[in-house]
This record gives sequence, C-alpha cells and structure tokens, in this order.
Amino acid sequence: MTIEVRNLVKKFGSFAALDGVDLKVNDGELLALLGPSGSGKTTLLRIIAGLDWPDSGEVAFNGEDALAQGARERHVGFVFQHYALFRHMTVFENVAFGLRVQPRAVRKDEATIRARVRELLDLVQLDWLADRYPSQLSGGQRQRIALARALAIEPRILLLDEPFGALDAKVRKELRKWLRSLHHEINVTSIFVTHDQEEALEVANRVVVMDKGKIEQIGSPDDVYESPATAFVHSFIGESIELPVQIADGVIRLGDRPLRLAADGLAPGASRLFVRRHDMLVGPPGSGAFEGAVQHVRNFGPVQRAEVALSGGETIEIDAPRNRELRAGDTIGLEPRRYRIFAG
Amino acid sequence: MTMQIADTVSLSASDARARAHAAAARDNLRTEPRAVRIVIIALAMIFLGVFVVLPLVVVFAQAFSRGILAYLAALADPEALSAIKLTLVVAAISVGLNLVFGLVAAWAIAKFEFPGKTFLITLIDLPFSVSPVISGLVFVLLFGAQGYFGGWLRDHDIQILFAVPGIALATTFVTFPFVARALIPLMQEQGTQEEEAAVSLGASGLQTFFRVTLPNIKWGVLYGVLLCNARAMGEFGAVSVVSGHIRGETNTMPLLVEILYNEYQFVAAFAIASLLAMLALITLIAKTVLERHLDEGQDASDH
Repeated sequence: MTIEVRNLVKKFGSFAALDGVDLKVNDGELLALLGPSGSGKTTLLRIIAGLDWPDSGEVAFNGEDALAQGARERHVGFVFQHYALFRHMTVFENVAFGLRVQPRAVRKDEATIRARVRELLDLVQLDWLADRYPSQLSGGQRQRIALARALAIEPRILLLDEPFGALDAKVRKELRKWLRSLHHEINVTSIFVTHDQEEALEVANRVVVMDKGKIEQIGSPDDVYESPATAFVHSFIGESIELPVQIADGVIRLGDRPLRLAADGLAPGASRLFVRRHDMLVGPPGSGAFEGAVQHVRNFGPVQRAEVALSGGETIEIDAPRNRELRAGDTIGLEPRRYRIFAG
Repeated sequence: MTMQIADTVSLSASDARARAHAAAARDNLRTEPRAVRIVIIALAMIFLGVFVVLPLVVVFAQAFSRGILAYLAALADPEALSAIKLTLVVAAISVGLNLVFGLVAAWAIAKFEFPGKTFLITLIDLPFSVSPVISGLVFVLLFGAQGYFGGWLRDHDIQILFAVPGIALATTFVTFPFVARALIPLMQEQGTQEEEAAVSLGASGLQTFFRVTLPNIKWGVLYGVLLCNARAMGEFGAVSVVSGHIRGETNTMPLLVEILYNEYQFVAAFAIASLLAMLALITLIAKTVLERHLDEGQDASDH
C-alpha cells in the first residue's frame, strides 16, 4: 500500500500544525516522522489514520482518496503512545476486539478468532499473558499487546505514534530492534512518529524530518545525518557546533577573523556554519581553519570532550579521539573534516 | 432530616480519595500531643452522636414506640402504601430520565469540544444552586392554570400539575446533576484514546459506546444513579409545591411524613420516616462499596 499526501494544511486556531505537507510513502516501507514537539508529526499521523481531518489537502492510499473514508473504513492499524488498551478487557479480548466488532457478514467464527489471537500473541511473544488485564503488564508488554491488537485487523497500513515514548531507555532499545525485525517479517507499510533521532535513524528505511508544520528533509538515515538539507536538520540531528559567520569578497569570517575555508559558490552575507563535534580534527597551533585555547577537558569513554575558546570569540565543544591528550591551556588548530554553511 | 439525605452525601468519589491522601499525610506530620488529639476526636464523636446518630435512633424508637404491630399497621395503611408506590414510580421515572440525560451530557462535555461548553457545565449545576421550592414554582408557572401552557393543557385535558407527571418533572429537575456530575470528571480523565483505538479497529459508534465507553464508566454510572435515587425518593420542597397533597393520590413519602406528623400521628409518621432512614443507610453502604470500585478503577489506570 502506498500513501500519498498532497499539500496538507491543518490549523488549530491560529497555530498551523501542518503548513503544506507533501509526502509519498512507498509500499512496504518503514518510515520515521522525526521532529521536535509541535512540529506537526503526530497531527500528520492522525490525519492519515482518520482520527483528525485536514483543513485542506489530499490523502490517497494506493491512489484512492482516503479522506472520503472515516477511520473505521480505512483499515489502518494505530498504536498510541500511551497504549490505549481497553482497561476492562483481558489481553486476549483486547487483541480480539478488532475481529469481534466486524460486521456479522464478514465476522469470523469464534474458533478462527481464537486461533488468530493466539497467533498474534505468539508473534509479539506474549502468549503467556493472554488472561491478564492491561494494568498487570509492564509498559513494554502493553505496547507489544497494543501492536498485536492493531495487527489483528490485518491493517493495510500501520501507524505508530511515539510507540516507545513512555518506556524507559533499556526497554526502548530492545523494542526498537524488535520492531525492525517484526516489520521485516510482516512487511506492511508503516509510519512511526518519534522525537528521538537515534530511534528514527536506527529503525527506519527513510526518515522525514519535520519542523513547524513543514517537511525539512526526506531521505535515508545516512542522507539526513551526512548531508543535512537545512540548518534545522543539521542542528536537530547529531550533535552540531553552530557558528555565526560572515561571507564577503570570497572570504569567510568568524567575528573579525578570516577562516581558511573556501567560500566558493556561497552567497555573501550573514551565514551559519555547522560542524559535527567529532568532525573537528585537532592539530598543532597554526594548522587548520580555526585556532583556539582549550578551556576544559572531560573524558567520555573513547572520546575526550573539550571546551575550546576560538579566536574570533565563540566557545565550542568538540569530541576528539584520545590518541592525543588535550589539556586545559593548550592552544590548538582545528580543521573541520566536513562542514556545511547555510545562509541566514 | 431523612428527607435531605442526599445533601449530606458527598458528591464525588474524588473527595473520598482526597480525604484518604490527606489522612496519610497527617499521619506522617502528626505533632499534636496525645491529649489534644483525644479531645479533638471526642468532640467530633460527640457532635456526630448528637446530630446524626441520635436523630436516627429517635426515628426508629418513635416508629416502634407502640410495638411492631402498630408499626406494620401504619405501613399497611392504604395512604401509606399509595405514597410508597408513588415515590417508587417517581424515582424510577426521574432516575431513568436522568440516567439518559446525564450520560448524554457527560459524553458531550467530556469527549467533544464545542462552543458554549463552559455554559453547559454551569447550567448542569443550576438545580443544585436553586432552592427546591423555586424549582417547583417554575413548573407551576409553566403548567399551572394561569401558566404559559396552562390554557393549552386544559383544552387538551392533560393533567401535569397535582399529578404524577408534575411530581416526576420536578423531581427530575432537582436530581438532574447527579449522574452527569459523577461521570464528567471520570470521562474527562479517561480521555478519548480508547474510543479512538476502538474506531480505528473498525468498531461502529454504538459498538464503541457499549463495548468501550460504558464498561469504563459503569461504576461511575451506578454511583450517580444511587445518589440520584436517594435524592429523588427524599425530595420534599419541589414536590411539595407541585403535588397538591391529594391524599392517597399525589402524596409521596416525605410529604406524607409531614402530614401525619402535623396530625399528631407520630407512629405512622415515624414508620414512613424509618423507611426513608433505611434507604439512607443502604445508600451509604452502597456508596462506600462503589467508591472502592471507583478507586480501584483509578489505580488500574494510574501508570
């Protein structure tokens, strides 16, 4: 099932949750919607599910207008951040719900329903919890049951809203891997919303980065990390150093200090230079584009994190390998192995 | 005083929870000397004894003052039986109506956003803030001989005032807030996610309501119905205005108690009153049980 979203706009009062969003999701893809809170990612997901309606724009499943259908007819599995399990039903009945509410004409008989539920509980590896109530389960177990419940209706699309947002770090990591392999197994077109970049980069085939109701970049996890399309993507994904620079007469300046960096093809004016912390290579004074004095050093396992006051006025944090010990007071040269400059 | 039981019964289960939390906090911070504690507790007990337990005992003592036979004879009196029957009928009608109205109102308020919502919430409380006598008078103004619909009703030979419909209407009005009040906070707290999940799983509106929404609020519904019923059976003011006090026809139990008392038929008056007192006691016990269920439902969702 492919999903196509065209020029979607949704306003809550004067706040534009979605401000002209276009997106194509391929069949069988596992797509991540990544962005800070308020970026519109959950609203987009809810509109695709039919739980919310856009002010304007189109949503099509396999080329067919989805907005003409309610949530009930869309056959979309939805997994909520806070699980939304039916608290008065056992795990078994929760998973069976979607099968039991089908119109009489297509409803399966009780034995088939039971077999299907068992199969799903096996799939999420929680068959031994069938008779428990949601309140007796851990967060991770609840989320897996919620997923089994959503899968029971054999959804054409699976939508997950911050599926691991309410879980602790260790469980999150386990479930991430598990979700990836589960998707590999069932291969249904899936979109999940997250504000956690690690999660998006690790789990998804493609990542959609959103900010303020707009899509900033769509690409593979490598794309959005290695070649961020906008200043926002660069600062949001990975730990970045951001420096205000001036470009004039083919020279890039930090403060009043010219940098030994090529300004070819860059528009003159105020710009921002982005470098990943670990892309700043440390050399002897005088080498490299920047020069600075080490203020403070802390060790983090394989790297040392140094606070460096650049000549030109800014203080930055870099992650350097520990083959060359830095000390407070050292003067060093810094060469950005990779960097990007965005106007504005 | 048994006629006003509902007023002494607290309105919300959250009160009970708040009290429990407060008690726990007090235990931890308790610094008062033992003597002070004993004096305070004794004062509370004496007050309760004089103002609550003693009247209750007096009701039963008076009812049985001429022996159990006189008590049973008073209850078997045709006027008494008719009053009991009328009270039950009126309570059934108003509880039934308020169950439907309360569910609909709470559902609308808790699950949807619409203009005028705050106004509606305020309006629901109106019957609590207006004196019951005024509530009764409103119906006299509407349906009385000189009232807005009086002429039309007379022409069509429909009797509302001084008959069962008027009593049921006045009682329904006075007891309207109970079910809605019990459900609104509960439903607001539960939010709409389970309903959304149900719909996305293919459930229709009715399936969602009966399989998801209603089971989640069933204890709250029972709680509201219980308090509503207690008040409906005990209502005096509003009913007194619209009933016309026709003996054997439009007298409810509370009205009959007053009439009998004024006629110095103490045993008969207190025999009827004892029934209302028993209703109050049963209500209290049922309320405690329901509050426990409501609390459990709460704990189960607190994660």
